Amino acid sequence: MTHLTQPLPITQTPLLQVRDLCKTFPVSKQAHLHAVDHVSFDIQPGESLGLVGESGCGKSTLIRLITRLLDVTSGEIRFDDTILSTIAVRQFPQSAYRAKIQLVFQDPTDSLNPRFTAYDTITEPIRRLSNLKDKAQLQGRAAELADLVGLPQELLSRFPHQLSGGQKARVGIARAIALNPRLLVLDEPTSALDVSVQAVILHLLADLKARLGMSYLFVSHDLNVVRLLCDRILVMYLGKIVEAGPVEEVFNRPRHPYTEALISAIPSFEAKPHPISLSGEPRSPINPSPSVCRLYGRCPKGEDRCEQEMPTLQSVGPEHWAACHASTAPTAVS
Amino acid sequence: MTLQQPTSSLAPPPPSPPAPLLSVHNLTVEFRTRSGVVKALEAVDFAINPGQTVGIVGESGSGKSVTAFTLMGVLDRAGKVTAGRALLQTDAIAVDLLKEPESSLRQIRGKEVSMIFQNPRTALNPIRKVGKQITDVLRCHTEIPQAELRQKALELLASVRIPDPEKRYDAYPYELSGGLCQRIMIALALACSPKLLIADEPTTGLDVTTQATVMNLIKDLADQRQMATVLITHDLALASEYCDRIVVMHAGHVVESAPTHTLFTHPRHPYTAKLIAATPEPHKTFADLTPIPGNLPDLKSTNLPPCRFSGRCDRFETGVCDQVPLARESLGDGHQVACWKPL
Repeated sequence: MTHLTQPLPITQTPLLQVRDLCKTFPVSKQAHLHAVDHVSFDIQPGESLGLVGESGCGKSTLIRLITRLLDVTSGEIRFDDTILSTIAVRQFPQSAYRAKIQLVFQDPTDSLNPRFTAYDTITEPIRRLSNLKDKAQLQGRAAELADLVGLPQELLSRFPHQLSGGQKARVGIARAIALNPRLLVLDEPTSALDVSVQAVILHLLADLKARLGMSYLFVSHDLNVVRLLCDRILVMYLGKIVEAGPVEEVFNRPRHPYTEALISAIPSFEAKPHPISLSGEPRSPINPSPSVCRLYGRCPKGEDRCEQEMPTLQSVGPEHWAACHASTAPTAVS
Repeated sequence: MTLQQPTSSLAPPPPSPPAPLLSVHNLTVEFRTRSGVVKALEAVDFAINPGQTVGIVGESGSGKSVTAFTLMGVLDRAGKVTAGRALLQTDAIAVDLLKEPESSLRQIRGKEVSMIFQNPRTALNPIRKVGKQITDVLRCHTEIPQAELRQKALELLASVRIPDPEKRYDAYPYELSGGLCQRIMIALALACSPKLLIADEPTTGLDVTTQATVMNLIKDLADQRQMATVLITHDLALASEYCDRIVVMHAGHVVESAPTHTLFTHPRHPYTAKLIAATPEPHKTFADLTPIPGNLPDLKSTNLPPCRFSGRCDRFETGVCDQVPLARESLGDGHQVACWKPL
């Protein structure tokens, strides 16, 4: 069975290239859980890429592989023409690339050290990973970062419990951008926030991207948020990418039944038809059959072929790819 | 919500509606803490008719969950109900939930009123098989003979569309996915066919696809059983899809309540309008997404303004908006707003 190695045409040198990335976890002597299964994609400089999928689909494993918090089983992660996947997780903090790939975590409270002030948290990566050690310079940089993320400077001396949810989210973002990373990985950065605060943080993220020229890998299950912030979107289901393409194209013309189900399930103010709900539970990710489509059994379009041959990503439009027999059949393309 | 102080003679007499299943009047709850008295709820009014679905929406800290816990009589010991009534009227009983002693509340909870909690994994007993947890409820509230309990529990599991109920009966919560655990919670809550279901953020933490399945399940079961539902959520879009009426809360006040369509097409309270504007939606662009400035006021403060939104409101006017007590106006057609200068 062949896997697509270049899902997207290369227009310029990508910032991040992921090729045939796999991660399996042993669950017993014979059984392996396939968390990330032959995933390939690129992120261009300055691009925002959205990653969506249900819990358990391998999103978090994938970002832990990319941020080098987890060793890969096979495949390649290439960042700026340097292969990162061969650097062991233990050695990675000493490499120059640690500062280039930074992470904003899901829960703004749990991801801050409760005994660190906002200043300590923001300057921690600078002290550890850069040559800036002078106190006055550190304070200057912290003040600059606080301004960038819209955190009043007088709050820098506060501890997390003295800050509101939105302020904590700003501290987490300031920490992540302290070293001018090239790639910022955002793991559901707004899911723990109220809509009123979410809107502020989303504006901040869009503004920072424009000012600092970073690339974003934005993981979220809120598709409305992904749509606002991202240029392209990857849809993941049980360890595999099932659809990839420009955000508007995927939202307006989803070609994979799973993407269709995801989009139709978004609650909206406008009256709309009953959501297409996928029946049943996902297949087991433990030793999955390489010849059966992962959605088979839940898919409304399932046919015999889906049980005999795993669909691979095929072009279904300009820069738009889907892995489904039904959507890539010749009749569907015309 | 009733009129406390009509500001004009516009308020028409309400048409005689069916007797509400639950009517909450002037509910006021305070928490005594070491750092002061937190005025968590003040003069909360709403009613719910048999079979109706009412959504309570608002930011975290607005008092949604405190309202639910108060109605269920499971409020933290620091919380005190200082005023108000919550009349529950079913075919079987007519009681004030706030006045009932614990022993009688135990008879009502699970049987007449039941609740689905936010996090099914922590709400279920982790060391008891889920089937047993369902039979516990049945044994407590019904006369079903011992020998038939298992069969009844299996029927309930099947009714919440759990595949292979025989196998799941013997499962522990950790063996089930979040969506399945939430369906077990629903089966538990519906075991004795309650007249009122309080669902406190039933789908927070679930994926959108699972959320749709769980919400459709609750809606179908509520329709089948003529059960009224209070849906507590921070997700306005979700509430708009499933609720007949929506009650918007802010900092312990009900700021607006109206039929769903009216609320979304003609919000009258500035907070409601701002909440709608801050919610991402498919057709909205980035520019349309406007944040709400400021934070909730400190509910421990001794001089809270009468309108608790006044600190965040761009329509605030000195001499108008700081009058006591807050204007609570009925606009007709079941639309109420608590604002001196509604939109």
